[in-house]
Amino acid sequence: MSHAAAAAANDVIAYLDAHEKKSMLRFITCGSVDDGKSTLIGRLLYDTKLLYEDQLAALEADSKKVGTQGDKIDFALLVDGLAAEREQGITIDVAYRFFSTEKRKFIVADTPGHEQYTRNMATGASTADVAIILIDARQGVLKQTRRHSYICSLLGIRHIVVAINKMDLVDYSRAAFDKIEADYRAFASKLGFQSIVCIPLSALDGDNILEKSRNTRWHNGPALLPYLETIEVASDLSEAPFRLPVQWVNRPNLDFRGFSGTIAAGAVRPGDEIVVVPSGRRSTVKSIVTRDGELAAAGAHQAVTLTLADEIDISRGDIICAGKAPAEQTDQFAAHIIWMHDEEMIPGRQYLFKTANRMVTGAISELKHKVNVNTLEHMSGKTLELNEVGFCNVSTSAAIAFDPYAENRKTGSFIIIDRRTNNTVGVGMIDFSLRRAQNVHWQDLDVNKAARAASKHQRPCVLWFTGLSGAGKSTVANLVEKRLCDLGRHTYTLDGDNVRHGLNKDLGFTDADRVENIRRVSETAKLMVDAGLIVLVSFISPFQSERRMAREMVGDGEFIEVYVSTPLSVCEKRDIKGLYAKARRGEIKNFTGIDSDYEAPENAEITLDTSKVAAADAATAIVEHLKKNGYLA
Amino acid sequence: PAPARPARAPGAFAEMSHLDRLEAEAIHIMREVAAEAENPVMLYSVGKDSSVMLHLASKAFHPSRPPFPLLHVDTTWKFRDMYRHRDTIAKELGFDLIVHINEDGVRQGVGPFTHGSAIHTDIMKTQALKQALDKYKFDVAFGGARRDEEKSRAKERIFSFRSAQHRWDPKNQRPELWDIYNTKIHKGESIRVFPISNWTELDIWQYIYRERIPIPTLYFAKERPVVERDGSIIMVDDDRMPLAKGEKPKLEMVRFRTLGCYPLTGAVRSSATTLPEVIQEMLVSTSSERQGRTIDHDQSASMEKKKQEGYF
Ligand SMILES: Nc1nc2c(ncn2[C@@H]2O[C@H](COP(=O)(O)OP(=O)(O)O)[C@@H](O)[C@H]2O)c(=O)[nH]1
Repeated sequence: MSHAAAAAANDVIAYLDAHEKKSMLRFITCGSVDDGKSTLIGRLLYDTKLLYEDQLAALEADSKKVGTQGDKIDFALLVDGLAAEREQGITIDVAYRFFSTEKRKFIVADTPGHEQYTRNMATGASTADVAIILIDARQGVLKQTRRHSYICSLLGIRHIVVAINKMDLVDYSRAAFDKIEADYRAFASKLGFQSIVCIPLSALDGDNILEKSRNTRWHNGPALLPYLETIEVASDLSEAPFRLPVQWVNRPNLDFRGFSGTIAAGAVRPGDEIVVVPSGRRSTVKSIVTRDGELAAAGAHQAVTLTLADEIDISRGDIICAGKAPAEQTDQFAAHIIWMHDEEMIPGRQYLFKTANRMVTGAISELKHKVNVNTLEHMSGKTLELNEVGFCNVSTSAAIAFDPYAENRKTGSFIIIDRRTNNTVGVGMIDFSLRRAQNVHWQDLDVNKAARAASKHQRPCVLWFTGLSGAGKSTVANLVEKRLCDLGRHTYTLDGDNVRHGLNKDLGFTDADRVENIRRVSETAKLMVDAGLIVLVSFISPFQSERRMAREMVGDGEFIEVYVSTPLSVCEKRDIKGLYAKARRGEIKNFTGIDSDYEAPENAEITLDTSKVAAADAATAIVEHLKKNGYLA
Repeated sequence: PAPARPARAPGAFAEMSHLDRLEAEAIHIMREVAAEAENPVMLYSVGKDSSVMLHLASKAFHPSRPPFPLLHVDTTWKFRDMYRHRDTIAKELGFDLIVHINEDGVRQGVGPFTHGSAIHTDIMKTQALKQALDKYKFDVAFGGARRDEEKSRAKERIFSFRSAQHRWDPKNQRPELWDIYNTKIHKGESIRVFPISNWTELDIWQYIYRERIPIPTLYFAKERPVVERDGSIIMVDDDRMPLAKGEKPKLEMVRFRTLGCYPLTGAVRSSATTLPEVIQEMLVSTSSERQGRTIDHDQSASMEKKKQEGYF
């Protein structure tokens, strides 16, 4: 009978009262194939009797059928032996398991994936307080051990248990254990862990799992489970300065304005002075509101609603901070990024960055170096691929509030979302801001955009022509420019071919180069808009995310997307430059429409198909659009 | 480095209890959805997990009302006590309640006795749920599933993405780190969100006990009219239940560990009439919760397949 059952049989109310107060610990187990990770987790589940008889019966049957331990129970089957899953080719990437003892509830992140190990381990580690690193006593510290330890330290795990497993196969040798412990401590000393505890184990036989084993009398440290039951991990966060990332503004009526969120660090009491980052506004806490009454104090991990003494403007994305120790804010920072998607990271491409409570657009402006997760060596590189770790500079479209990840995992982390597919493609941990004390201001010039535009009697804008090669972009753009010139307007045309001969002659046609090509053109167009011009840009610009980047660089209403939607068949028939024929023969690679995608705009301001309307009529339509919308005052 | 210090004695800022942590996590998830979703809904099945979800929602947004309605997908075969409980609770907590029934299924007379459990569940539950989500264009739907319930859920994300056809693709899940959740979707796609993923059955009971959350009386033992079918004890809840010749319901002290369509939900013999007694029985019990659910009796991969097809 389990401890729970035994206790409950006697006095269930006393049992419930006692168990209500137990704490929670999240840990991750890391090990290479066959180190005994599944056996260990299975053993913990089994020994804490979290299994019901029907599950046990299934386990015993499976052990006989496919187990590796003869007549003994194969605990590994409990966690990764899902035959049905294997048959269906479904792999578990990250699974969560639960067990509890009288003192604690445990959540175990189990990451058996091998190919995607970095990605999966990082996922499990991101919420873990403790990592158990398994080492096969016969093999000692291996390359994988280093990799697991590095990822744990990168993700901010402070407490490590080194489980030196399969001690039964080395005769419970103290010398073997001591050597592994010394090796491990030597290399882990630079990883910044707060505690490292080494325990000799046999996951299979249960040595030093629940209690200290008679086979290792020389071991003067704890057994695994008692250690996990007592290790303290909460102190760092509760002693740090107060942080409340505002998730949701609570406004049931005009008389109540509360700010809801989960406390990321520190403690708060009514009367505390606070400052809001990034706005810098100050106030004091009036009350901590819950449905069960107001609280006298609240601390890290609690989900609360605060009201303040003053009516100040606060919204989702802000962080309410201790008045004397505010978080930082920045729109440029250095961060470690782990790439999690098959589609590689492209510097300069616009992604969404989501922090604890805020979503902003931004780009990885520079990959400073990659980190080899096995050797920790720095390597140079242009992009990050799946499972790669890089140290990068990031710039965002708006300032975010943050703490360095090393100080706070909740306010120092972010995920990266692809704007087209909405997939989570990467994650990051902020190291530091690249702006020094906010003294980098934009030159505030006396003659500004509005003044320049006014002197030209026009509203500057970008007319962005996108479409396949041969669709008629340049033809229509030229006609429009002529008309505008006749009307006495000030214009300039940036054409794909022209720019590629000069500004962008160092760029080819890979996806990364295409992105950079568009980025430079967009920046140039932006300067010209600032100069007060109507800029006509005529580029195939096949990717939605880059067109969106261009759109977001200029102000609202300054970007007019003209989709020249002439179908591929027509463009290919025209083939004015003979390029389609070459592409079809394979002489040109990455040719849009042939072996490279064109993503059609979804919300273009103007769409026109030159196989249906004459170029002159198309130009007229565009000029009409400009007139009607006040660009030609 | 030395081993970490042992945990401090409980004091003003001692570690929060595991229930407090689980509660805070669920509230955080609910608020995140409220802040980012356009048209969220909470699926309400009237069971104990749903009861906990409702309670958490009313805490998360206090003093505001939860900013989403409840959706009950009604197969028309639930226990009568569940309908009673549903209507009372929704009103008490101030939720808007949407009830959706697959009217096509009703017209065709689909039911567990005539069509079998698989077809009934597919048409009246899985298809009905898809209909409702399409009809109201919900982009996020909260569910009360837990990872300890069965194997395929252990690996499911808290924010679990569904295609425009409501399919779950277990091989293509978004990585989920820290408590930062990716809520971005295209038109027509949706996300199922499971705020109590990390709770176990015992956590649920313990929380119901601590917070005094009302649950349907079916969870408590009472004399009920039952018949035995294929080893399951089935309650005769209304006269739609066909009885074999000579078959007579007998009155027995039984209760239910999970709730669903009455013809598909097995009871257990029990004398537990109070919450502590129920919990006590659960703690000494030797079979897992889902045993009572006919739908899981096939091989363990069946739930995973169902989920890929759009079952919650
Ligand atoms: N002798 C011995 N064998 C073990 C021990 N732990 C695991 N094993 C065996 O090592 C093999 C791999 O274990 P498994 O748990 O599947 O490893 P995983 O790949 O890390 O999950 C299995 O045959 C286990 O039975 C141990 O402590 N002693």
